[in-house]
Amino acid sequence: MASHFLLLVLFALLVSVVFAVLMKDEPREQVRFGGLLFAGFVASALVLGWLMYPFPL
Amino acid sequence: MRATAAEQAQPASLVLTCLAGWAIPGAAHLWLGRRVKGLVFLVVLPLMFALGILLQGRLFPFELSQPLVGLAAVADLGIGLPYFVATSLGYGAGQVVAVTYEYGNMFLIVAGLLNALVILDAYDVAVGRK
Repeated sequence: MASHFLLLVLFALLVSVVFAVLMKDEPREQVRFGGLLFAGFVASALVLGWLMYPFPL
Repeated sequence: MRATAAEQAQPASLVLTCLAGWAIPGAAHLWLGRRVKGLVFLVVLPLMFALGILLQGRLFPFELSQPLVGLAAVADLGIGLPYFVATSLGYGAGQVVAVTYEYGNMFLIVAGLLNALVILDAYDVAVGRK
């Protein structure tokens, strides 16, 4: 349970589900919007992670 | 249909709906007949909160001398009844040395804030805006 990536994915998944259900009414739209949101969360986290890689803490 | 819902929305029932939605995530949507949405919120938001506790997150105290801690406490409280259940059972002390501490805090805070958004959505539904 200490994997940062797993926790990141879990967090992105849960937030995406809530936002998708909140913002859209049709199941098809919810799946599409939730998927896009989830992919956006994970992709941006990975990109930001790599961009921050050269910097020391 | 929307006008009818707006006409039927009384201030007292609006307050009750919002209070129910705050206390039990998803309850307001269930009350308003949005079953699927209500069930999703009822499962996902308490799950996020429970994961936050499990990840050694902290339920922050209301400290006005530390504004960010105070704001985090308000966000934590947003989840409603699960907050009081967790505190009464002694959970949420937080383990600052745990590797998952910050993740836990994030799950707890975001669960509360998302429930606040869910309550606002339920309010919009109740007054006929959605």
